[in-house]
Amino acid sequence: MSIFVNASTRLVVQGITGRDGSFHSKQMLAYGTNVVAGVTPGKGGQRFDGKVPVFNTVAEAVKETGANTSVIYVPPFFAAAAVAEAADAGIAFIVCITEGIPVLDMTKVMPFVREKGARLLGPNCPGLITPGVAKVGIIPGNICAPGRVGLVSRSGTLTYEVVNQLTKNGIGQSTCVGIGGDPVIGTNFIDVLGAFQADPDTDAIVMMGEIGGTDEQKAAQFIAQHVTKPVIGFIAGQTAPPGRRMGHAGAIVSGSSGTAAEKIEAFKAAGVSVMERPADVVQLIKNRLN
Amino acid sequence: MNLHEYQARELLRAHGVPMFDGGVAATPDEAADIARRLGGTVVVKAQVHSGGRGKAGGVKLAKTPDETRDHATRILGMTIKGLVVHRVLVVQAADIVTESYVGLIMDRESQRPLFMVSSAGGIDIEDVAAKTPEKIHRLAVDPRYGLQPHQALGLALKLYQSFDQVRAAAKIMEQLYAAFIANGASLAEINPLATTPDGKVLALDAKISVDDNELDRRPDLAGLRDETAEEPSEVAARHANLTFIKLDGNVGCVVNGAGLAMATMDLVKFYGGEPANFLDIGGSSNPEKVVNALRIITGDPAVKVILFNIFGGITRTDDVANGIVTATKQFKVEVPIVIRLTGTNEKEAVRILEDAGMKALNDMDDAVKQAVALAKGAK
Repeated sequence: MSIFVNASTRLVVQGITGRDGSFHSKQMLAYGTNVVAGVTPGKGGQRFDGKVPVFNTVAEAVKETGANTSVIYVPPFFAAAAVAEAADAGIAFIVCITEGIPVLDMTKVMPFVREKGARLLGPNCPGLITPGVAKVGIIPGNICAPGRVGLVSRSGTLTYEVVNQLTKNGIGQSTCVGIGGDPVIGTNFIDVLGAFQADPDTDAIVMMGEIGGTDEQKAAQFIAQHVTKPVIGFIAGQTAPPGRRMGHAGAIVSGSSGTAAEKIEAFKAAGVSVMERPADVVQLIKNRLN
Repeated sequence: MNLHEYQARELLRAHGVPMFDGGVAATPDEAADIARRLGGTVVVKAQVHSGGRGKAGGVKLAKTPDETRDHATRILGMTIKGLVVHRVLVVQAADIVTESYVGLIMDRESQRPLFMVSSAGGIDIEDVAAKTPEKIHRLAVDPRYGLQPHQALGLALKLYQSFDQVRAAAKIMEQLYAAFIANGASLAEINPLATTPDGKVLALDAKISVDDNELDRRPDLAGLRDETAEEPSEVAARHANLTFIKLDGNVGCVVNGAGLAMATMDLVKFYGGEPANFLDIGGSSNPEKVVNALRIITGDPAVKVILFNIFGGITRTDDVANGIVTATKQFKVEVPIVIRLTGTNEKEAVRILEDAGMKALNDMDDAVKQAVALAKGAK
């Protein structure tokens, strides 16, 4: 099956006529994603690329095309409102690519998304791809291959690096998901790990983390308790120097310094195979699946 | 973006937070003038974007304007955790009866502004949090409704017995929350929130960090940036829209994406080298960015080799290749450049580099190994 996007995905692109939106819409169409509509206020009635109908609002797009998934390429100060619009229109899965959204904007929109029963991926994320079926976002399709390894990551290009290693070595992917690195995000590691655990077409999971915060430690606890599939993990930033910190609140809230060593320790304690470098992913997957 | 204490004080004062009178000085004479105006004993405090100022000798008591001048002379120009002190805050000193902690942070887990308060405030608050976490009280605020009066009162009741002080502290909670929201903060902290012998509740220190994502729509906040308080190469990088952090090694790194940049630095270390920097050219396809990146890195005399690691997605590798070629024409790059690129428009990029007499590698490990070997050979 895959997770979150599949053959029944009907995608509406918010900001389809913008610079990034139009470029990536063409890429998504070329990949075979079922892009059913675009939204740009004031441009309703046009057609994008000669075929995709453009609407003024997401609600119209949903009514006319049955869109069930949205991807957002709207500039940062308008992006949180675009998320709210999608949720209000009944979109079940919303992917926000936009980088640079003020965190306060996100804290206000997240409760609304939950009340509407929608799932948000991102913001500030590369989106996701179910190889051979659908790509929603900006992950290059040509480096992916269909298969049975699920991948979840906080970063963009590092994800590409690892996917590329997998594909070059004949290991395909069920779905690759970039959750984004912002402080307030809609879908976290645990959500994605749970979805991969439940997906009958995923045999193993690769999880790419980073220094900072405690998300990876919490994910490790979740893995220990709820994930029976093999998990291979990586933490970027092992050599990053401790920053000059302002104030005490950051350290008090997490009770942790968020170092790579702490996270790697948590991974190992949860039975996660830890990569020392991105290229290790191939051998570790082979070890765990055989 | 971190603000100085004197700037944070102004933002909190604008929302009514009570504090002792004071002023900011860039010279010893200005500091002495402020002390004269205030009268009595003052505290002279280094203004740098770093904790641990007191332990570094950057906070001193002065009984007279002359003593203030002496302390200011010593503190101005002092280096604290690598940052030079350009200003001091001179503020009335007072007898303190109690020190509490009040912090407000944008919390990842609750996805809300989170209050943390403790009656055991002061410089050891992190020890308190680590050893006796029950002394830290927390409250996540729903930003759609703001901090409710009963919530502010509930927090204040954790700090004080006297109901006059409870009411005063509750008001400060509301003012701090209002300042946090109004300034798009990611952190706002009063430590200590002090009581005086006559029962007043006052903020003795203030820290505010503003969410960088607010700055483009808030020129008033962007104008508070103090570039003299930052590493010069990091300022130059920000002007060029690059994210750059200087480190102590000799392998200069140019990478697209923060995660891959960190993984590249880790791999340099894995193969026995030391990275000279973290540098993320971001997702855009702009050859000029690459030129700027090379200019900044070659400005560091410690750099013995420059390593490019580019995985093209949105970033077009041919743009990066063009940037490298342009840069080497504009100024002489004295150290070897090792280039790894793959992804979008890779063939074109390889051709551009080969036409200019340079080579491109395809594999990250190969490139890092080669860069580390060159850095070692250069010693």
